[in-house]
Amino acid sequence: MRFSGLRVLKEGLTGNKGWGPHWRDPEPKAEYDAIVIGGGGHGLSTAYYLARNHGLTNVAVLEKGYLGGGNVGRNTTIVRANYFLPGNSEFYSHSLKLWEGLEEDLNYNVMHSQRGLINLFHSDGQRDAFARRGNAMINQGDDAILLDREGVRRYLPYLDFDNARFPIYGGLYHPRGGTARHDAVAWGYARGADRRGVDLIQNCEVTGIDIENGKVTGVQTTRGSIRARKVGIVVAGRSGQVAAMAGMRLPIESHVLQAFVTEGLKPVIDHVVSFGMGHFYISQSDKGGLVFGGDLDFYASYAQRGNLPMAEHVMEAGMTLMPMLGKAKVLRSWGGIMDMTPDGSPIIDRTGVEGLYLDCGWCYGGFKAVPASGWCMAHLMATDSPHEVAAGFRLDRFRSGIGLMDEEGTGAQHNLH
Amino acid sequence: MRITCPICGERDRREFYYVGDAVLLERPDPEAGEAAWDDYLHNRDNPAGDTRDLWSHEGGCGAWVVVTRNTVTHEVLATELASDVAADLREARP
Repeated sequence: MRFSGLRVLKEGLTGNKGWGPHWRDPEPKAEYDAIVIGGGGHGLSTAYYLARNHGLTNVAVLEKGYLGGGNVGRNTTIVRANYFLPGNSEFYSHSLKLWEGLEEDLNYNVMHSQRGLINLFHSDGQRDAFARRGNAMINQGDDAILLDREGVRRYLPYLDFDNARFPIYGGLYHPRGGTARHDAVAWGYARGADRRGVDLIQNCEVTGIDIENGKVTGVQTTRGSIRARKVGIVVAGRSGQVAAMAGMRLPIESHVLQAFVTEGLKPVIDHVVSFGMGHFYISQSDKGGLVFGGDLDFYASYAQRGNLPMAEHVMEAGMTLMPMLGKAKVLRSWGGIMDMTPDGSPIIDRTGVEGLYLDCGWCYGGFKAVPASGWCMAHLMATDSPHEVAAGFRLDRFRSGIGLMDEEGTGAQHNLH
Repeated sequence: MRITCPICGERDRREFYYVGDAVLLERPDPEAGEAAWDDYLHNRDNPAGDTRDLWSHEGGCGAWVVVTRNTVTHEVLATELASDVAADLREARP
């Protein structure tokens, strides 16, 4: 089933009776060429690109719950390529380019909206840092414009520019940044993978990883054992538990990150705005809800819900930046489990076990990475060598200290990112 | 979440600063080698369930506290002074 404007029109005139399921619900086979553990954004895009780029179609995605039920359905949907460090910047640049062609590639409307991202700054020192970051983005081939105070006022007239603690000096504008409909990204990749022959197996929890003579031979699941010579672990916040099945301890601590949405409002915030000094960022969904969030709760947690102190902190930061927010009513809040690495950058790498691969450590920035993460993980699983734009995401960088990617410059230590 | 400081009693979580896994009290020998130091600094059990971590009562008495708590329910199960835990670890060392 291909989607098109004509098809929508035809279905609309004939009672919408022609739509079918977007993907099959197959029984697991006894053996696959490759297994991807985890049916979230990264796992589904890995399976999609295994089939699309490498012709590997005898592939299964094993998901313990339902497709897209984890972080890909819990994030704040922001897409951007404004990283500073070599190793990160080329990766996110590649990801943004994939985003820009994603809807045509998938034949699926992921509602990618390049409405522009503005990171605010509040001091001369911060302006210098942002100018430097903007130059790094331009050197990478992406777009960045340094706005002065009046430049920001033109786009965001509703901010409190003269706040006593954080007066607004300007902002770094990234016009190609924006948002996408997060669930549709998972569904689009799922449908694309399924159409190429990938089996998407839901309600199938992996309970063990079979290893013989240092090589992976398959997995044990709640729906029986499945053989495969290549297995990718793509399970975000649950990476520690799944890796433990292969006898590994990872440089990952899982933390909870909260997000919030208000009732639907008329269009009021046209961009994605981030207020780093207050740990606050916001955008408006196409349904009209103001979607916003802040920092981690900052303690190890698997709860998928946060505590009230951070909720209060986020609301305070929002009110500091844009006092009009006080008129809106918060509809709901939720939390996701973030796989935090010591340096705040991800891991896409081989493991000590032949045929077992790892894609994790996305911290609180995994959504924008979904296309490139799948692209690079598929490359790694198919060719056994890292993709050039993900060459820095090595697992051993923590042990050796070589190639750490610490965007915030706070040190490669847990609890600092 | 409320945490019982062994010195001050039960207090709001906001008085405490979270540092990380209580493995931080078990610093390896300087010559223990790369793998031991990698484990100490970076690698974590990261359990979904009961865990022991280190908090500082920075908004109170300043004590370091080892908190046993559940990472799924956020229930705090036990607290003890990190100095006591560290002394026990020193005694247990061969």
